[in-house]
Amino acid sequence: MTALIGLLRKEWFHILRDRRTLAVLLGLPAIQVVLFGYAIRTDVNDVRLGIVDPSPDHATLALRDRFAASGVFRIVATVPRLADLDALFQTGDVQQAVVFEPGFASRLAGSTPASLLVLSDATEPNTGSLLQAYALSVVEQYQRDLSPPMSSVRVQGRAWRADRPAVIVPQTRMRFNPTRESSNLFVPGLMAFVLTIISSLMTAISLTREKETGTMETLLVSPLRPWAIIVGKVAPYLVVGFASVVGVLVEARLVFGVPLRGSVLLLLGEGALYILVSLALGILVSASTSSQRVAMVVALLGTMLPNVLLSGFVFPVESMPAPLQVIANVVPGRWFVLIARGIMLKGIGLEYLWRETLILAAMAAVLLVASTRSFKERLV
Amino acid sequence: MRRIAFLAQAEILHIVRDRVLLAQVLVAPIIQLLILSNAATFEIRDTPIYVVDFDRTTASRAVVDRLGASGHFTVAGAAPSLDRADEALLAGTVTMAVVIPHDFEESLVKVGVASVELSVNGEKGSAAGIVQAYATQVLADYAQARSPTAPSPRIDVRVRGRYNPTLDYRDYMVPGILVALVTMVGTLLAAQNIAREKELGTLEQLNVTPITRGEFIVAKLLPFWVLGLLDLSLGLIVGRLVFDIPMRGSLLLLFGAAAVYLVVALAIGLWISALVETQQQAMFVTFFIVIIYLLMSGLFTPVDSMAPWAQVASQINPVRHFVTISRAVLMKGAGPAEIARPLLILAASAVVVLSVAVRQYRKRTV
Repeated sequence: MTALIGLLRKEWFHILRDRRTLAVLLGLPAIQVVLFGYAIRTDVNDVRLGIVDPSPDHATLALRDRFAASGVFRIVATVPRLADLDALFQTGDVQQAVVFEPGFASRLAGSTPASLLVLSDATEPNTGSLLQAYALSVVEQYQRDLSPPMSSVRVQGRAWRADRPAVIVPQTRMRFNPTRESSNLFVPGLMAFVLTIISSLMTAISLTREKETGTMETLLVSPLRPWAIIVGKVAPYLVVGFASVVGVLVEARLVFGVPLRGSVLLLLGEGALYILVSLALGILVSASTSSQRVAMVVALLGTMLPNVLLSGFVFPVESMPAPLQVIANVVPGRWFVLIARGIMLKGIGLEYLWRETLILAAMAAVLLVASTRSFKERLV
Repeated sequence: MRRIAFLAQAEILHIVRDRVLLAQVLVAPIIQLLILSNAATFEIRDTPIYVVDFDRTTASRAVVDRLGASGHFTVAGAAPSLDRADEALLAGTVTMAVVIPHDFEESLVKVGVASVELSVNGEKGSAAGIVQAYATQVLADYAQARSPTAPSPRIDVRVRGRYNPTLDYRDYMVPGILVALVTMVGTLLAAQNIAREKELGTLEQLNVTPITRGEFIVAKLLPFWVLGLLDLSLGLIVGRLVFDIPMRGSLLLLFGAAAVYLVVALAIGLWISALVETQQQAMFVTFFIVIIYLLMSGLFTPVDSMAPWAQVASQINPVRHFVTISRAVLMKGAGPAEIARPLLILAASAVVVLSVAVRQYRKRTV
């Protein structure tokens, strides 16, 4: 027991001594919370609009005013020909163009419909479709305001009410995250990310370092049992990992008011379960490699990337092609993100999350057995 | 000059000999490109919805049919029970619950106005907004179809998405991911490589040779500069063959910009290696900086959506400018005049960062 405490102390000194790594481990998550809170947004506002108006008249001026007054658009250029906007589109100074045809007002008054082209920069598809929707609603509103007098002239003798178009009013409720605040969504994923870095990556590196420098031999001939070596090596990283996660939670709560609607205890318990899975992965990586560099690359490609990309942390799993969705099922982070979001945003407990929890527990069991076995094999 | 050639040759031999490094440079980027461009998508199709139809009339059924036929939604469950719908939302099996009130058809016929409740799972972030927009569109179309007496529209609006008419996410992501790959190779490898020489003590040996620091830095960075351009070519070939991404502008221009950008990326790597002691530190610090750079670059989310201060801060982010250039050249076919501003900023960054890095490096080794 005293030997184990000695090993724990030694490992703890290692962590504290390497200030730069420690700063990255604690600082990166803290900065990421701020970035995700302020910088990583997908809402579209202040759209830079270009107007192509070959022959300005009262109708085009009225519609232009509508765009300017909508609050979403800012008119940055007004030109007579579409070709004049090409360079602005290419530099990104114009995001959308409204192209009027010549004689817009006279056509609008006449019998043939006046035509209008809305051209949006769809390089980013979702922004592109949102921009189109905004522009369409401005034009539609203008049209609706125009039509009542006209239609009352055209359709004489009919009840005005029957003539009016039917309207369905959608009442939207955003459940669980009414303002669609991105920090609310990212914090649970960030926890998974931090725990993976610290548990998998740091464990793998610290175990292979002992191997590379030859001190693993020394540890093996000491009276320490194999399990005690593993515990002594990984326990300090657990402390750092937990500290970092609690720090992220507190920061997210204080700065961004991220909700924690469910049980804190359950969240920490699930966190511990996830840490077990990640640690086992880290030990497995270290057992199969002998140099720090290889361990880093394997841990990075084998655990970090899948946990960031395929966990639904940033990109929704439902949007991925079918084969990737299947692969995502074996990524532990995917299940932890579901659990953490459920507890924090929806306030649900084990009655809804038992399936995800069981999957994580099964992963932990399989990986722990595999990792202790592989570690023992290395020792003999 | 000869000394640079010798040292660069030694460096190339090192790279070619080192299997792990070679895999890191040649195989990992391809895998990342293949996985990332498929995974990094916010596309929305077949969203599962739950239908609570209290009305059960022709009108309400028509609405449900329209939702199902729109291609955006699949009806995953239907029952006249709010509790069941709530359950499905909580369990996460559906993204939206559509509640049609019992007087839906009646009020639509009599008053001409009816309401439908859409409960969207806000847990899905930006997808939730798009799902809501799609549903609203379907409802509006139905209302429109029900009013044949309404005046025909006076304005014929046509809508076109420029540069990406099919709204394909991959066309957008691949040019950005190429930048991420080049950045990783440039910054991480340069930092790791010099930190390794430090850790092994071979840097000291080089310092006592007649080679000057300038020569040393050029010889060290040159092979990685070439590797970065090689990675870009590989990525472009994969992007063309596998994803059929558009290449509307001049590739020569893109490579020219990449050559400037790589100098910045390598200089950052050099700077990091001058600051750290071990490979482990080099890796963590690089990781830290590169992640922040990538998140703030507009690679995944548009720069225009960021908070104003974040938009200003991102001006000093070289990744942002190269992402802009890459997308402008490949997708929009921009020429030298259109990318002049970001390119100038990159060139200025190259000069500044390189001189800072060299100065830092000097301090450490003397």
